[in-house]
Amino acid sequence: MSFPIRVLVAKPGLDGHDRGAKIIARALRDAGMEVIYTGLRQTPEMIVNAALQEDVQVIGLSILSGAHNAIVPRVLELLREKEMAGVKVIVGGIIPDEDARELERQGVAAVFQPGASLGTIVSAVRQAAENASREMTPAAR
Amino acid sequence: MAYPASFDADDLPDTPIPPPGQFPYTRGIHENMYRGRLWTMRQFSGFSTPEETNSRYRYLLAQGQTGLSVAFDLPTLMGYDADQEQAYGEVGKCGAPVSSLADMEALFEGIPLEKVSVSMTINSPAAVIWAMYLAVAEKQGADIAQVSGTLQNDILKEYIAQKEYIFPPEPSMRLVTDVIEFATRRTPRFNPISISGYHIREAGSTALQELAFTLRDGIEYVEHALARGLAIDDFAPRLSFFFNAHNGFFEEIAKYRAARTLWAIIMRDRFGSHDERSLKLRFHAQTAGCTLTWQQPWNNVARTSLQALAAVLGGAQSLHTNSLDEAWALPAEHAATIALRTQQVIAYESGVTAEPDPFGGSYCLERLTLDLEAGAREYIRRIDEMGGMVAAIRQGFPQAEIARASYEFQQKVEKGEAVIVGVNRYRAEAEEPVGALRIDRSAETRQVDKLHRLRKTRNNGDVERTLDQLRRAASGGEAPNLMPPLIDAVRCYATLGEICDALRGVFGTYDEKPTV
Repeated sequence: MSFPIRVLVAKPGLDGHDRGAKIIARALRDAGMEVIYTGLRQTPEMIVNAALQEDVQVIGLSILSGAHNAIVPRVLELLREKEMAGVKVIVGGIIPDEDARELERQGVAAVFQPGASLGTIVSAVRQAAENASREMTPAAR
Repeated sequence: MAYPASFDADDLPDTPIPPPGQFPYTRGIHENMYRGRLWTMRQFSGFSTPEETNSRYRYLLAQGQTGLSVAFDLPTLMGYDADQEQAYGEVGKCGAPVSSLADMEALFEGIPLEKVSVSMTINSPAAVIWAMYLAVAEKQGADIAQVSGTLQNDILKEYIAQKEYIFPPEPSMRLVTDVIEFATRRTPRFNPISISGYHIREAGSTALQELAFTLRDGIEYVEHALARGLAIDDFAPRLSFFFNAHNGFFEEIAKYRAARTLWAIIMRDRFGSHDERSLKLRFHAQTAGCTLTWQQPWNNVARTSLQALAAVLGGAQSLHTNSLDEAWALPAEHAATIALRTQQVIAYESGVTAEPDPFGGSYCLERLTLDLEAGAREYIRRIDEMGGMVAAIRQGFPQAEIARASYEFQQKVEKGEAVIVGVNRYRAEAEEPVGALRIDRSAETRQVDKLHRLRKTRNNGDVERTLDQLRRAASGGEAPNLMPPLIDAVRCYATLGEICDALRGVFGTYDEKPTV
């Protein structure tokens, strides 16, 4: 691809268990992507602002606490409000199947549950970045 | 750790290993071990609301559990009330919400705190939650000198691994030491700290890193208590530990043996302790949550059984066995029951309680124990050179070591070099365990309503007065023990969030630099 893939890895909510988020960030970086890791306890507002400033194609959210139904829809809503709907959102964590389907219906590009392989996740992020770039006009990028 | 290809008589230590109950307690802290008394079966639990959690506690006690262990929800762990903005969506999800003394009263309704020992997993706001606990015990008519239990109160491993911190390290260490000092003087049967390797391991460390960082944390707490003017043998007998029971059966048993050996030597040689109660490392163990799989969850019963067996063969004083559904959710009642039954099978059917340290003298186990001891000494030396654990944390040293180990393990899983049954080998269609627990949003609404009613009915003048007292005590140059003003404030139903906000105002907050 002609442009570097830029990904924001974010850890929203109060939970501090960042093992997964850090492994994913490192794996994406090792796969040649430019990764911005926000650190802990990011509100949806902070995440979307960081995505705007960092000009990313993909946001990866790590949520283990069960708060995904409160947090993810808010991120999607803010992206629409800021006319950044082309930015793709991928969620990883302890997400029951029915919640995963619902989040995908609302516009999440992919949901990864425990045990997902790094290879699958890296491919999904790459695919999402390509889709995002196709949707974003050069002016918007 | 790399295992040698084989073990033989050359792997045994040069001098004979003293028997169980004798210094340095490699083989166990008691001569009889479980022949004398079994470990405490203590299942960690809490969810939804204090009332629902109370019902679960009564159920577990009726099923033969011998101690309670409270899981608090994330807002409580972070010092927020259920109705604060930061708590939105998180109330009751990962544990029981406790915003005020009223919630603590509901949590222990009908459970006599003078008789039942209670462990509380709370760290940054541990002093506040413990103040509430002691206030409830007093309201029940208990003599707090008779109350027994354990407060986790281990902030260092939060900076290192679990990341549930509020204040910067220095005021946090003051709060930890306040609790240790207060317990030493007023609650001689309560363990004021549980120095924890569990979360370090869950964050992806090796067994060696878990062992080394935990013991070095212990050294840091001892140094702070001594600096406070406490005598070593007045408080050290009440220091307790908490280790992970992970895969790697022999390495885990060796880890517990190495921990006991090193702690006894550290207490005697580094701190000049003469009381054997100070030299004996007592620990709680919990099976490794991070090894539980979402795929084929019933297999988790087998994993947990083996991990629990390692903890028992390693001489644990108390044990939590994880439930098979915990990669999915907090445990449902049937899953929690199987987990408890697993311990009961080990205790009463397996026969392993007949002999203390039955593998003692095995070439393999003794070699692993010696190697872990040597590796831990080296880590401890490096952290000493950095100026101690707070300094090492500020440099990001333990965090970086753990992140590297966790990534290396994940790479092995990715390549199939590390096998996870049902995940990267022997895969099948995923199946959800029957009736995984779901916490609905009404728990949050109920907690918020209760808090709003409380704020209307309590004496708000008293709340303001006691919070002012607390602020003055926290900010003054004399740095008095904060437990008395905390107990005064919680008795007036000042909430956890109000108290922590007052302390945030004085101490400031902590944030780590995000690194990958």
